[in-house]
Amino acid sequence: MSDVLIYAEVGRDDGGLFLKKATAEIATAARTVADATGGRVVALVPADVEQAAEKLGRYGVDAVHAVSADGFMPYQLEAHALAVTQLAGEISPALVLFAATVVGKELGAYVSGRLGAPIAADVVSLEWADGAVRVSKPMYAGKAFATVRLGERPVVSLRPNALAPVESPRDAVLEPLAVTAPAARVRLRERQAAAEKTIELTEADTIVSGGRGLGDPEKWDIVLDLAHALGAAHGASRAVVDAGWRPHSEQVGQTGKTVSPKLYVACGISGAIQHLAGMSSSKVIVAINKDPEAPIFKVADYGIVGDVHEVLPMLTEATKAFLA
Amino acid sequence: MEIIVLIKRVVATDTRVKIGADGTSIDTAGVQYIMAPYDEIAVEKAIQLKTEAGEGKVTVLTVGPNEATKELRTALAMGADEAVHLTVDGTLDAAATAGAIHAGLEGRSFDLILCGKQATDVDDAAVGPRLAALLDLPSVAFASALTIEDGKAVVSRENEGVTEVYEVDLPAVLTAQKGLAEPRYPSLKGIMKAKKKPLATDAATAPENGSTVEALNLPPARADVVTIEPTPEGMQQLLAALRNDKKVL
Repeated sequence: MSDVLIYAEVGRDDGGLFLKKATAEIATAARTVADATGGRVVALVPADVEQAAEKLGRYGVDAVHAVSADGFMPYQLEAHALAVTQLAGEISPALVLFAATVVGKELGAYVSGRLGAPIAADVVSLEWADGAVRVSKPMYAGKAFATVRLGERPVVSLRPNALAPVESPRDAVLEPLAVTAPAARVRLRERQAAAEKTIELTEADTIVSGGRGLGDPEKWDIVLDLAHALGAAHGASRAVVDAGWRPHSEQVGQTGKTVSPKLYVACGISGAIQHLAGMSSSKVIVAINKDPEAPIFKVADYGIVGDVHEVLPMLTEATKAFLA
Repeated sequence: MEIIVLIKRVVATDTRVKIGADGTSIDTAGVQYIMAPYDEIAVEKAIQLKTEAGEGKVTVLTVGPNEATKELRTALAMGADEAVHLTVDGTLDAAATAGAIHAGLEGRSFDLILCGKQATDVDDAAVGPRLAALLDLPSVAFASALTIEDGKAVVSRENEGVTEVYEVDLPAVLTAQKGLAEPRYPSLKGIMKAKKKPLATDAATAPENGSTVEALNLPPARADVVTIEPTPEGMQQLLAALRNDKKVL
């Protein structure tokens, strides 16, 4: 009869506060575990988000505990950790689940320390089996997957996009959580939004990445053009980032971001093992490279042997027409 | 400025992973080991901060097998002052590692703890923030810029396309993302000096692992590649396949 506690990450945009997309995914995973333990799914929402109970109830959450005290928005690591541990203390959940975002990974690990709980981060699946939580998690940036049986009452973070949300509608109860924020030892000074609204690589459904085959940073526009046509996030290989063509935040691979979109288009990327590790769990991979022997074709579903400078504009035009 | 940098010995990132005979770990035959790349960034940043402050000490600490002395010496050769080696047999998970570091820090004073955002093996990104919780210290993970201003750390990190700038009370635990610093190669002089720098070895006091690896598998093999002609007709064919066969458009 153990409950599952999820942390619903709250974002803010021009329209106000909102629940992050990955929240529906962790609610879905939590529902599966709670059905097996016979418990409830309880969500902690660290702010007053409109219709939080309705939105979470749709994905199987039974109870929503919302924090409305000062000092919780914008995100505060220690305040949020306190809210999670306080609620965990009240309901003794079998599992505390986060989305493996920047905030979810940081907060999950911190909470695990406060609770003295086992921790597994960035898992791609989880289940309740034989009285314990068992997860599958990528290791070595996805070169291998470990099946790990976790000790009692673990903290887990689930990789965004690893699991499709499933509706399991119910009327979630909304209750306030009375908690007082500790004095902030980390204070947000400013947020500098990117000049152009970008789609986060780790959460994107479609990614277009470019590599050395572009030959010249001036040619990067043809990668961006395809990304725009597809409504995709754009990434880069390590070689291109190391050469200073693109920022570190765009690097896909073992020392960059590990991604698993529905569609990954690799343009002029040969496919070094570190890059393959970071993207080979993508659902569908399209590779464009002039070298037919390039390792990227070993993981690709569709391969186009050709010069990216010719193929990309062609594909961009065809995509615009196709999606119009 | 007293800085402790946590490092980990990991298999090189260009390793072609094979599963070992036990089915729960990798085959380590012929595998090369390195300091985890993000830890290297943390070491570099610590050396730079000490140099800017004009005083202080950089201590590198690892929890690892006897062979991890090599990675500690590399950090000393880069310019760290002292090393602490907490030896352990077998592998520790993130929870046990943070516990062992917590125990090993007993009685040590510091202004700042730095480590890589994650080691490139288990990829949990958990040791830094978990250790901060054990030490009851503030923490920012995934730092891509760091300066010390008026006794506080000013830390930037990328979060979903937004750069957040935080002011952090010290002492604190920060984890390094790419961009924080560009690690130097140890000079020959640095390597010579490193041999004489203090390196203390002690058995780690580690809690039990909180989890058990039941199996380790390679990712499922991918289907054979379908070749598409680099022509406008080929592009049509590709887009149709992505929509109709794969349902990703």
